[in-house]
Amino acid sequence: MMTYSAFHILWQGLTGNKGWTPVWREPEPKPAYDIVIVGGGGHGLATAYYLATEFGLTNVAVLEKGWLGSGNVGRNTTIIRSNYLLPGNQPFYELSMTLWEGLEQSFNYNAMVSQRGILNLYHSDAQRDAFARRGNAMRMTGAGGELLDQAALRRMAPYLDFDNARFPIKGALYQPRGGTVRHDAVAWGYARGADRRGVDLLQNCEVTGFDIAGGICTGVQTTRGPIKAKKIAVCAAGSSGRVMSLAGLRLPIESHVLQAFVSEGLKPVIPGVITFGAGHFYISQSDKGGLVFGGDIDGYNSYAQRGGLPVVEDVCEGGMAILPMLGRARLLRMWGGVMDMSMDGSPFIDKTDVDGLYFNGGWCYGGFKATPASGYCTAHLLARDEPHPVAAAYRLDRFRRGAPIDEKGAGAQANLH
Amino acid sequence: MIIDHPLLGPRDAAEFVVKGDAALIDRPDGLADGAGAAFHDYLHLRDNPAGVHRELWYHEHGDRSWLVVTRNTVTHEILSVELARDVARAQGRSR
Ligand SMILES: Cc1cc2nc3c(=O)[nH]c(=O)nc-3n(C[C@H](O)[C@H](O)[C@H](O)COP(=O)(O)OP(=O)(O)OC[C@H]3O[C@@H](n4cnc5c(N)ncnc54)[C@H](O)[C@@H]3O)c2cc1C
Repeated sequence: MMTYSAFHILWQGLTGNKGWTPVWREPEPKPAYDIVIVGGGGHGLATAYYLATEFGLTNVAVLEKGWLGSGNVGRNTTIIRSNYLLPGNQPFYELSMTLWEGLEQSFNYNAMVSQRGILNLYHSDAQRDAFARRGNAMRMTGAGGELLDQAALRRMAPYLDFDNARFPIKGALYQPRGGTVRHDAVAWGYARGADRRGVDLLQNCEVTGFDIAGGICTGVQTTRGPIKAKKIAVCAAGSSGRVMSLAGLRLPIESHVLQAFVSEGLKPVIPGVITFGAGHFYISQSDKGGLVFGGDIDGYNSYAQRGGLPVVEDVCEGGMAILPMLGRARLLRMWGGVMDMSMDGSPFIDKTDVDGLYFNGGWCYGGFKATPASGYCTAHLLARDEPHPVAAAYRLDRFRRGAPIDEKGAGAQANLH
Repeated sequence: MIIDHPLLGPRDAAEFVVKGDAALIDRPDGLADGAGAAFHDYLHLRDNPAGVHRELWYHEHGDRSWLVVTRNTVTHEILSVELARDVARAQGRSR
C-alpha cells in the first residue's frame, strides 16, 4: 500500500499521475469476524482504526448501508473544540483534541486539521461568570482557555455588532486550540488506515436484523448476507433508534434534523469559529472561502435529512444579529442531517443488556469533534470489555441511576433536566 | 409543514412548539407499584420510529391548544390532526 508524502505528490505530478492506487479495497464479506461494526461514519471507522492500531484486532468488518461517509460525518459543520464543563465530559473531549493534534501523522492522510481558535460570545455578567467557570474546568484538563473582555474581543473580531440592543456583546470565552477539520477527509483517512491494517470495509451492506438467542447476539443479517461475529458495535448515529429497534431495544434518543448553510466563496473575513449560543447561531469560514454556519435543530422528530424554512429564517436572523455584514453574502447551499438527540445532550459508549452487542450513539449535534476519542474509547470497550476512564460516564443506565450528564440543558427537549 | 388545525384550519408549523411522542399522554400512575421504573421509561425512552409517528404539537402562537399530529418522520407528510383533548378523553384520561 502506498504511503502519501510531498515527494510522492511531486513524483506523480511529473509522471502523469498514473501511479495512484485505490485508497481502500472492496472486499467480499467473510462469513464471520471477531468484531463487526455497524455504520461506516466517523465513529465506526475510527473504532475500526483504533482496534487495529491500538489493540491489535484486525479480524474486523465495518458494515455501511450506503457509501463510507454518507452520513453525518460528511454533513457537519466541521468544528472541533474541547470547551466542556462537566467531569464526565471534559476529559473525554480533551482526549479527542489531543488525538486530532496528531491525527494526520498517525493515519498518513491530510485531514486539514486547522486550530484556528473558537470564540463563545457572552452578553451578560451571569453568562461571563458561567464562562469563567467553564474556562477553569477546561484549564484543569489542560485544554487551555482564555476569558476575553470586550476590548480584547474587539481586536480579534472588530466586525461584530457589539452594541446590539438585545444581545450586546461583552466578551468571549476563547479556546485557541479549537478549530475546524475537513470532515470527509476524516472518514477517508480512518477508512484507509483501517483497510491497510486488514479491516474489511463493506459498503452497500445494510444491517437488517440481529441474531439474538438467549440474550446473546452472535451475528447480523445484512443485504449482503448473514455475518457472524463475537462482538457487534452499533455506531449508526442518526439511525440509532431504527437500528437498535431491530435488536428489540428502546433508547433514550430521538432523531431530529439539523441544518447547515454555506455562502458563496468570499475573501478571508472570519479567521476562526464564532458561536452565538444565546441566538442559536455559529459560523466559520472554510478554506474555499464559503461562510459555513448553522443554528438549532428544527425541533420535530425526523429521518428526512432535510429541514424546513422557519429554521432557515431563524438561523439567518441570528447571524444578522451579531454579524450585519452577513447580509451582503448570498446563501449558496444548505442541507440537513439526522441527529441522535439523547435526553441529556450527552452520548453513550456502552454494552447493552444483550451479550455481545455494544452501542455508540446519542452524539446530538456535537459528535464530529468527538470522533477520535469516541473511536478510541469504543475500541477500548470492545477489546477490554471495560470502559475507558474518560468515557466511563457514558452509560445507558444513567437516567435510571439519576446520573444524567447535563452539560448545558441540551438534548431532544431542553426540559428533562 | 402545514398543520390542519381541527378548529382553526390550515396553520404554519412555525406557530407550534413540538413536545414529541404522543405516548406522553399516557402518564404513569405515580402511586402504582414500580412507578419509578415506569417514570424512567416514560420520561427517557422513545420508540423513535422512522415512518408514522403520533406526536404532541402545542399551538403556542395561536389558540394554545394541544394537538395530536400523526406525521411521517421520513417524508414529513401529515396524515391526521386531532385535538389532544379528544385523544386523551377517548383513552379515558380525564373528565
Ligand atoms: C448539519 C450538521 C452540523 C454539525 N456540526 C457539527 C460540528 O460543527 N461539530 C461537531 O462536533 N459535530 C457536528 N455535527 C454532529 C456530527 O456530525 C455527528 O454527531 C457525528 O458525525 C455522528 O457520528 P458518525 O460520524 O459516526 O455518524 P454518521 O456519519 O452518520 O455514521 C453513521 C453511519 O451508519 C450508517 N447506517 C445507519 N443504519 C445502518 C444500517 N442499518 N446498516 C449499516 N449502516 C447503517 C449510516 O449510513 C451512516 O453512514 C453536525 C451534524 C450535522 C447534521
